[in-house]
Amino acid sequence: MSLIETVNLCQRFNERDILSNINLKVDKREVFALIGPTGAGKTTLLRLLNMLDLPSSGKIYFDGIDTAESASNRLDLRRRMAFVLQKPVVFNMSVFDNVAIGLKWRHIEKSAVKEKTNAILDIVGLSSYKNRNARTLSGGEVQRVAIARAVVSEPEVLLLDEPSANLDPVSAARTEELLKDIFHRFNITTIMATHDMSQGQRMADRVAVLLNGEILQTGEWPDVFSSPRNKEVASFVGVENIIDGEIVSGQDSLVAIDTGSGIIEAISDFPPGEKVCACIRPEDITIATSKISTSARNSFAGKIRSSVTFGALTRVNVDCGFPLVVLVTKRSAGELGLEKGRQVYASFKATGVHVIKRDGGI
Amino acid sequence: MEEIWQGLIKAVELIITLDPEVVQIAGRSLRISATSAVLASVICIPLASVIHFNNFRGKRVLVNLIQTLYFIPTVAVGLLVLVFLSRAGPLGELGLLFSPTAIIIGQMILITPILLGLTISALSGVDKTLIDTARSLGASGLQIMFLILKEARFAVMAAFIMGFGRAISEVGISLMVGGNIRDFTRVITTAISLESSKGDIELSFALAIILIFLALIANILLNRFQQR
Repeated sequence: MSLIETVNLCQRFNERDILSNINLKVDKREVFALIGPTGAGKTTLLRLLNMLDLPSSGKIYFDGIDTAESASNRLDLRRRMAFVLQKPVVFNMSVFDNVAIGLKWRHIEKSAVKEKTNAILDIVGLSSYKNRNARTLSGGEVQRVAIARAVVSEPEVLLLDEPSANLDPVSAARTEELLKDIFHRFNITTIMATHDMSQGQRMADRVAVLLNGEILQTGEWPDVFSSPRNKEVASFVGVENIIDGEIVSGQDSLVAIDTGSGIIEAISDFPPGEKVCACIRPEDITIATSKISTSARNSFAGKIRSSVTFGALTRVNVDCGFPLVVLVTKRSAGELGLEKGRQVYASFKATGVHVIKRDGGI
Repeated sequence: MEEIWQGLIKAVELIITLDPEVVQIAGRSLRISATSAVLASVICIPLASVIHFNNFRGKRVLVNLIQTLYFIPTVAVGLLVLVFLSRAGPLGELGLLFSPTAIIIGQMILITPILLGLTISALSGVDKTLIDTARSLGASGLQIMFLILKEARFAVMAAFIMGFGRAISEVGISLMVGGNIRDFTRVITTAISLESSKGDIELSFALAIILIFLALIANILLNRFQQR
């Protein structure tokens, strides 16, 4: 039995569907990430799971209990979880009191409150600040207070909304390390919302891609990353080259896709006649200035439209009849002289192409 | 001009030498108005919380009405209390007219809208995210109410001081239902308004200076609270 399960969960607000038909199952001790861009409905979903708002329709089961039963029941259930809001705020009191307040609300004995609070302050590294007013803390420290006061009550479920989105890179990395430590230490079932795919990859056992209020794909990160179910998921997980085409022939899973300006060979089980998209990651394409024989089945001549360097990588836009974005290291871009107008050959393997049906679905 | 100077110098003398009459009147004023403010707060702070934390029809109208009553004329409140407490009135049997209690009742009515309105806005000023945070940390409705009152404590204190200031500086109610009775209901404002017309300028000046001084202290406290 899953610890948290939602059935056809919907949330409407002002005649608009914020969430539609959310069906999730999260198991005990699992770290589950909801990934999606801003406005996808992640916060709305977390608020529903924490029972701060009630859904327009659909059910939420926590440990097998229907959370819609009664308000007093919801308070009891809510006290078994904790939610770290996206922009954490602290109460105008000391760091210690901020962290201890949830225990006091649960009528825990005073000596136990002190012991647990001190222990968690130690874990988040705020022991020396415990008598300071929490209003005087920096953003990263406030985030750690928020995490401490959520975890101190030993919740069965931890809900995290963009745990590092408002922090500088150093604080963000520190917060991530702290959370991983806490997951490991307390074995808390965690549901975290993030717009950062790589954060989902680093921290979660399973991810769900939430776009426009719908969960489009759920699975372990490598599967979602390498086999996005449709165009929207593909572009969200960083597939920059999505080329429309139609399968013209196939043999032993090796198919030829007619893009209208060249044939792409790929591995797929779709039959001829199927309208598909060929998804190719920019980092899976190699670029050469002369036609060389490679083991790659796909090789296209094209002209460089533009090339932009950021950090150690250069993004090259090649026009091969269809546009291709290619990522190369800055050094090789310099050595090859990959400048605008240059004639080049872009190659990629048939296994580097992920084929999806054009109109959603599997 | 000469008369004014003389009056002022005499007034300062009265204050410095702690003239018994000045001390008595000022002390009574403080006692009566502080009692009004404390009793009104005991009623208004919980009531304001109830209004703030519940959504009901006509809430905005009610809040507007409360804010309108900030400016209720003191003589109107005085008249109302007079009518109720006069011998022929509904509460006449209590025999409270022309007593400190009557002044306290009047001042409480006067400052109730201020205390209610300012406490409601003090509570509204608390970041909404705090309420969500408290709920998510397992607070019950009552626990949230206490937390928010605690968060708004400085603004609520400011409301209390505003109420006290309005009570101690009013004259209409004290005069109409207190009656400026010597050694009994004579307070700073009634003494100033009546004694000056009788020619006792020095006493009036001394009391006026004390009143302004009290206002200054209240204002300093108010500023302190508002800066927190």
